Amino acid sequence: MRPFTYERAESAEAAVQAAAATPEAKFIAGGTNLLDLMKLDIERPAHLIDVGRLPLARIEETPEGGLRIGAMATNSQAAADPQVRARYPVLAQAIVAGGSPQLRNKASVGGNLMQRTRCAYFYDTAKPCNKREPGSGCGALEGLNRNAAILGQSHACIATHASDMAVALAALDAVVETLAPTGETRAFPLLELHRLPGETPQVDTHLIPGELITAVVLPPPPPGGQVYRKARDRASYAGGLASVAVAGGNLALGMVAHKPWRATDAEAALAAGASPREAADIELAQAAAAGRNAFKVELVARLTAAAVAEARGRGR
Amino acid sequence: MRTTITVNGEARSVDVDPRTTLLDLLRETLGLTGTKKGCDHGQCGACTVLVNGVRINACLSLAVMHDGDEVVSIEGLGTPDALHPMQQAFLTHDAFQCGYCTPGQICSAVGMLAEVEAGWPSQETGDLTAPVDLTDAELRERMSGNLCRCSAYPQIVAAIREVAG
Repeated sequence: MRPFTYERAESAEAAVQAAAATPEAKFIAGGTNLLDLMKLDIERPAHLIDVGRLPLARIEETPEGGLRIGAMATNSQAAADPQVRARYPVLAQAIVAGGSPQLRNKASVGGNLMQRTRCAYFYDTAKPCNKREPGSGCGALEGLNRNAAILGQSHACIATHASDMAVALAALDAVVETLAPTGETRAFPLLELHRLPGETPQVDTHLIPGELITAVVLPPPPPGGQVYRKARDRASYAGGLASVAVAGGNLALGMVAHKPWRATDAEAALAAGASPREAADIELAQAAAAGRNAFKVELVARLTAAAVAEARGRGR
Repeated sequence: MRTTITVNGEARSVDVDPRTTLLDLLRETLGLTGTKKGCDHGQCGACTVLVNGVRINACLSLAVMHDGDEVVSIEGLGTPDALHPMQQAFLTHDAFQCGYCTPGQICSAVGMLAEVEAGWPSQETGDLTAPVDLTDAELRERMSGNLCRCSAYPQIVAAIREVAG
């Protein structure tokens, strides 16, 4: 690992000010993804600002009848929260589908959203990758792209966002709360946090430099059943090939794009009376495969049909 | 950086390079080599220790992040003369071959049973609002962060099952 300096932030305000004032600084909370990438020389922060102890770990009901999950709550705490289990089961299911128990016990909710892609070319410093090394090219385009994106990709990048949790949050209409170095706070839909790769795949999110995620806020759950389904090569502790989160009439897809993918075309088709499979096919009409990931189109269609059917059963 | 961590009940104050992982602090600085380094990337679970009672991968955490924390490693669970029940169960059921993953398996199992007691769900949990029924499928899922290259899994399940009751 390259040398870096370290500080433990005394407050969220101090953390964002330090981040803005220090070149090449990064926040660290759980560190499970960042330290892995630092060991591989993919992430190279000169300074780490530890935000893991900030008093932002509470999970509490909002006056609107929703739930505010502090960004420093661990993934395990969020999945185990009684409110999450009772009212947002799709979120609990998605969280426990990700990583291992040890990782979930350390990884924060905010950090989960900020995790980097698992694309093999991003991880291999001997290979070209526009996300890791802008301008170097994309090794996945004509390479081992079995797990690459099928929606919203660009000629510069076909990496996917790996989070399970974010897929459920996308289906639940979650809102992200942040604090900027200016002291300004803002709240915006989770679907506006991550971006599509375009020409600048090195930029994962729309956050401004030094901006810190402080909480994720869930509105009251939509009426209807909730289900999270994930397809992967092992039964446990493996990244996903594709996933589907259903919350009432809301539908989100995971590991198919550079961001959690809200399947609005499929939602509209379902609302208009289409069968789950028909709705999935309508969403996937815009899908494009790079080669070895072509199977993901059919996989997502079947996962979606099965998840919607299961959610409807639970919603009764 | 001056960092003070209570390790196995004893406060240890050390000056560490920020790059030092909790795993390397235990093994290299404090000489507690019971905790093992396998993959060093959070994939194998050999480095599992309990921090404030919760199991984590010591390889994916910096020592400086744990200033003020209480860490229990395999050396703190039991001693050769007074084994922790989980250590004894692993012996009774011959739950290892080479033994390299064993300290992590045992720390993980102890942490796992506390999570079950607290009602934390896993992906095998059918009813998310009911107390956890620790079936074999649940037990295996909850231990999936610990790999055993010798594949002693049936014996590991049997050992944990004995302690879980």
